[in-house]
Amino acid sequence: MEQLKTIGRELAMGSQGGFGQSKEFLDLVKSIGEARSKAEEDRIVLREIESLKRRIVEPGIPKRKMKEYIIRLVYVEMLGHDASFGYIHAVKMTHDDNLVLKRTGYLAVTLFLNEDHDLIILIVNTIQKDLKSDNYLIVCAALNAVCKLINEETIPAVLPQVVELLGHSKEAVRKKAIMALHRFYHKSPSSVSHLLSNFRKKLCDSDPGVMGATLCPLFDLITNDANSYKDLVVSFVSILKQVAEHRLPKAYDYHQLPAPFIQIRLLKILALLGSGDKQASEHMYTVVGDIFRKCDSSSNIGNAVLYECICCVSSIHLNPKLLEAAADVIARFLKSDSHNLKYMGIDALGRLIKLSPEIAEQHQLAVIDCLEDPDDTLKRKTFELLYKMTKSSNVEVIVDRMIDYMISINDNHYKTEIASRCVELAEQFAPSNHWFIQTMNKVFEHAGDLVNIKVAHNLMRLIAEGFGEDDDTADSQLRSSAVESYLHIIGEPKLPSVFLQVICWVLGEYGTADGKFSASYITGKLCDVAESYSSDETVKGYAVTALMKIYAFEIAAGRKLDILPECQSLIEELSASHSTDLQQRAYELQAVIGLDVRAIGSIMPSDASCEDIEVDKSLSFLNGYVEKSLEKGAQPYIPENERFGMVNISNFRNQDQLEVTSHGLRFEAYELPKPSVQSRTPPISVASSTELVPVPEPSYYRETPQTAPVPSSSDTGPSGLKLRLDGVQKKWGRPTYSSSSASTSNSSSLKVVNGATQVDGVSSGNSKTHETSYDSRRPQVEISEEKQKLAASLFGGSSKTERRSSTGHKVAKASSHASEKLHTSKSTTIYSTDNAVEKPNLVQPPPDLLDLGEPIVASSAPSVDPFRQLEGLLDSAQDPGTFGGTKAPDFMALYAETPAGGRSAGVAPPLSLNRDGDNLIPGLSNASSNTVHGGTTVTNPSQISKGPNVKEALEKDALVRQMGVTPSGQNPNLFKDLFG
Amino acid sequence: MIKSVLVINTQGKPRLTKFYDILTVEKQQELLRSVFRRADNVSNFVEAESIFGPDSRLVYKHYATLYFVIVFDSSENELAMLDLIQVFVETLDKCFRNVSELDMVFNYSKLHNILDGIIFGGQVMETSSAEIIRAVEEISKLEAASNSISLVPKTVSGWRSR
Repeated sequence: MEQLKTIGRELAMGSQGGFGQSKEFLDLVKSIGEARSKAEEDRIVLREIESLKRRIVEPGIPKRKMKEYIIRLVYVEMLGHDASFGYIHAVKMTHDDNLVLKRTGYLAVTLFLNEDHDLIILIVNTIQKDLKSDNYLIVCAALNAVCKLINEETIPAVLPQVVELLGHSKEAVRKKAIMALHRFYHKSPSSVSHLLSNFRKKLCDSDPGVMGATLCPLFDLITNDANSYKDLVVSFVSILKQVAEHRLPKAYDYHQLPAPFIQIRLLKILALLGSGDKQASEHMYTVVGDIFRKCDSSSNIGNAVLYECICCVSSIHLNPKLLEAAADVIARFLKSDSHNLKYMGIDALGRLIKLSPEIAEQHQLAVIDCLEDPDDTLKRKTFELLYKMTKSSNVEVIVDRMIDYMISINDNHYKTEIASRCVELAEQFAPSNHWFIQTMNKVFEHAGDLVNIKVAHNLMRLIAEGFGEDDDTADSQLRSSAVESYLHIIGEPKLPSVFLQVICWVLGEYGTADGKFSASYITGKLCDVAESYSSDETVKGYAVTALMKIYAFEIAAGRKLDILPECQSLIEELSASHSTDLQQRAYELQAVIGLDVRAIGSIMPSDASCEDIEVDKSLSFLNGYVEKSLEKGAQPYIPENERFGMVNISNFRNQDQLEVTSHGLRFEAYELPKPSVQSRTPPISVASSTELVPVPEPSYYRETPQTAPVPSSSDTGPSGLKLRLDGVQKKWGRPTYSSSSASTSNSSSLKVVNGATQVDGVSSGNSKTHETSYDSRRPQVEISEEKQKLAASLFGGSSKTERRSSTGHKVAKASSHASEKLHTSKSTTIYSTDNAVEKPNLVQPPPDLLDLGEPIVASSAPSVDPFRQLEGLLDSAQDPGTFGGTKAPDFMALYAETPAGGRSAGVAPPLSLNRDGDNLIPGLSNASSNTVHGGTTVTNPSQISKGPNVKEALEKDALVRQMGVTPSGQNPNLFKDLFG
Repeated sequence: MIKSVLVINTQGKPRLTKFYDILTVEKQQELLRSVFRRADNVSNFVEAESIFGPDSRLVYKHYATLYFVIVFDSSENELAMLDLIQVFVETLDKCFRNVSELDMVFNYSKLHNILDGIIFGGQVMETSSAEIIRAVEEISKLEAASNSISLVPKTVSGWRSR
C-alpha cells in the first residue's frame, strides 16, 4: 500500500523532469544502458554527437541548456568518443559569471583538456581572475583547474596568486593552495624552489586538515632529500603522538581511528627520515611502539596503519622490540582469512626479511599457502618475497616454482619480468652447471622471445667461458651437457628465435668438440633447423655459420669432409637468397670448405670464441697490399675530410666508369660511394681480422686469390655471425667479464656469510634432528608431505625445529580451517539468499550497514567455535556501529542492551534495529512489490533487513519511469543499492 | 600519488573516470579485464604495471553493480586506498541516501564535487565524509543561491523531500 501511495503521489507530481536533466539526456542514458552490443552503443553515441554538434552552435541557447550540452559532452567523452568539437564551449562556460555554470565549465575543461592542449591559453586568464575572487567556491574551482591544466610554462602566470591563497581565511582554500603548489613542484621543481619554505611554515597551520595536506608535499621533498629535513623529525614525532592520542577534533576520526591517513603519511615520512640514522630513529621508537600497541587491528584502516608501522620499522635503525611487534603483526596478517591482509603480510615479510631472516621461517607454511593460492596478485607478491630470500640452498626450488608459474600464465608483461628474475637468480646462485643449463633451457623454451637478447648473449658467453674457474674439465663438461640438452630440445616444434640462436651457436662451437656426436649428425640437425624456421633469417644465419664452424673444425682436425646432401641444397638455396647477409654467409661457407688445413687454422681457430680481440685500427696488415697497389700505379687514399674539394670530379669519373657496366639511366650522381664503404668496412674487417688473422699475413691473400679484389667483404665474411656476438661482447664484454667474476665471487662470499650466520650451517648440521622431528611429527600432523618438503627446501633447516613444527602445524590447521570456513560461509550465504524471506534470522550481519570488514570473515566466524561466534557477531554488530555514522548511537545502545537482556544468540538486536516500525512493512511486502514491477527489482536478501532501501528504490524507479525511462531486463540492477 | 579513479559498472560501462596524471584512456579495457577476471574471494589488489606503466598498483572494490577502482603508485598504502574507496562510497551513500548506480549517472557534477572534495590533484585531502558532505552541500546551496535559473534539486531524495 505504502508503495502504491508513493507511486501515486509521484505520478501526481506530473511531468516535471527530475535530476535537473531533460528527457533527451535521460533517453540517451537509457538507450545506452540497454544497448546490446558495443556497436549499437557506438551508433547511439555517434548519433548523439551529431545532434550535439548541430545544436551547440545554434545561436541564443539558454545557459541552462548549454550546461546540459556540456554535461552530455562529458558523458560522450567518458564513453570513449571524441567530443573535441565542444571543448571551446566548455572553455567559454568557464568565463560565465554564474557560479553553477562556471563550475560546470571548470569541471568539463579539467576532464576534457590536458595540460598541453592549445585551448589552455584561453583559460589561464580566467583562472587568474578567479583565483582572486571573493567567492571561495570560485577560488576552489579555479584551483582545481590549476592542478590539472597548468603546465610548466604557465606556472609563473598563476604562481603569485596561489602563494597568496596560502593565507586565505578558509581552510579548504589553504589546503587546495598547498596541493596546487605541490602539483607545481611535481611538474617543475625549479619553478617553486624558492617557495619550499612555505611548506614548513604551513606545517604549523591552525587547521589540522591543512597540516595534513602539507605532509603530501613534504613527503615528496623528503623522498628527494632527507638530510635537509632532519630537523623536523621531532616535530613530526610530536604531531604523530598527538594524533595517535586522539588530540585532534573528533571530525578527523575515521572508524574510530584518529586521522589514519595523516598517521600513515607521517609514518611514511618518519621511515624516510629514520633510514640509516640512528639518532633520528631513537626519537621515533616510543611513538611507533605506542601505535603498535593501540592500533585497532579489527578494522581495515587500522591494519593499514599497522602495515605502515612495519614499513617504518623495517626502514629505520633496528630496534629489536619494535621488530618483535612487527613480527607479531605480520603473523596476524598471514593467519588472517582476508586475502588483502595476507597480501600485506607477504609484502611486510619481504621488508623485514632483510633484517631478520628467521621471521620468514616461522611463517613458511603460510607463505607456501599463499604461493598455492588461486589469487594471482597474492601469488606474484609471494614470488617477489621468494625472490628476495633466495640463496644458494633454495635456489633450485624457487626457480623451479617460478618457471612453473611462468609457463602457466599468459600475461606477457609479467612473464618477461619473472623470466628475467629466473635468469638473474640462476646466474647468481646456480648450484651446478648442469642445472643452470637446464634452467636456462626452460626459460628460453617458454619465454624465449620475451627475454632480453642480452640474456642469450650472456648464456653463450657463459658456456664459452665456463664459470670462471680455471677448471677445463668442468668447462668441457658444461659444454657437452649443453650440447646434449640442445640436441634433445632441438626437435621440438616452435622454439623461440632467441633460443634457436643460442642453440645454433653452441652446436657450432662445441657440437663436435667432445667427439660424442659426429659432424654429420650435428650438421643434419642444423640443416633441419634452418629448414623448419625458414622465415627467420637470423636463425638461418646462425645455422649457416654454425655449419661453417663445424666444417672448419673437421678440416682442421684432418678428417674427411662429409657434406650431407641437404646441407648442399641449403647452401645452394641460400646463395640465391634475397637476403644479402645469408647469401654472403653461404658463399663464405663454400669458400671455407675449399680451403686447406693451414688456412682454416688461421681463419677458424677452434675454441677461440672468447679470445680477446685486438683491434688494429690503422689496418697495418694491409700495408703490404697497399704498397703493392701503389707501385702498380693506384691512387693513394685520401682521408674523407680532405676529399671534399675534389668530390665532384672524382665522382663524375667514377660515374662514367660505373655507367659502362651498369645498365639503366642515371642522371643524378650517387652520394659519395667511398666514405660509406670506408665507414662500413673498417670496424667489421678490423674486428674480424685480428681474430681471424692474428698476424697480418699477405700470404692469406695469395692463398685466396679469388677473394682478393674485395678483401674487406670476404674478410668480414666468414666471421660475420661470430662478429655480431663479438661486437656485443665488446660492447659490454669487459664490464660484464668483470661483473661476472664479481657476481660469482659475490655469491661465494654470500655463501660464506650465510654459513657463518647459522642458516646454512645449521641446515646441514641439523639435518639429523630435522629428520627425526619429521618422524615424530608424522603420526599427528596432516600437513601434506609435499608441502613440508617444499617448506624445508625453501627455508632451509631451522635451528628451532620444534617450534617451527608447532607453529607450522597451527598455520596449517588455521588454513585448513580457513578453507573450511570459506566453504561454509559460502554455503550459508547462498542459503540465506534462497531462504531470506522465510528465515531472516540466518542473515547475521545486517548487510546494508557499511561493513568495512570482509563480509566473508564476519559471516564465517560461526564455524570456528561458539566463543568466536559470539565475538564475530559482536564484531559485526560493532562494525556497522562504527561505520554507520548517523545510526551509530542507537545501535550502540542496543549493543549495550544485549548483555543486560541476556539474549542468547545476540542475533536479534541488529535485525530488530533494521526492521523497526514501518520499515517492517515494505520488507514483508517485498514479494508483492516484485510482482508489481514485473521483476525489475531483483530478489535480494538485503531488502529484508534493509527497510528503507526498497522504498527508496521504488521511488527512484517510479520517478524514472514517469520520465519515460524504463529499466528493462538489460540492466535490472541499476537501482540496486550499492551497499546492498 | 593517486593516478586515477574509475567507476565502472558490471557490464563494463564507465560511470566515472578521472585521471590525475596524464594517462591514455585506451588502457581502460585492459584494466577492466584484469578486474573482471578476478574471483570473488581474492584480494582487492591488482598489479597494474603492464597497464599503467612502472610503479603503479590498483585497488578495486565491488559494490552491487559497480566497481570502484583507484590506481596509484608506491607512495600510497593499499589498505588505505581500499578505505578511501569506502570513504567515497559512504559519502555518496549519505549524500544520495542509499546510493545506487542511477544516482551516479544522473548527478554527474555532484559526483565530481564529492570526489574533488576527497582527492585533490592526486592526493588524499579529506577523509571525513561528514566534512565532505558539508562542503558539497555548501557548494550546492551557494550554487542555488547564485543561480538565477531555478534549478530542480539535484538528488532524488531532495526532490522527494519537498
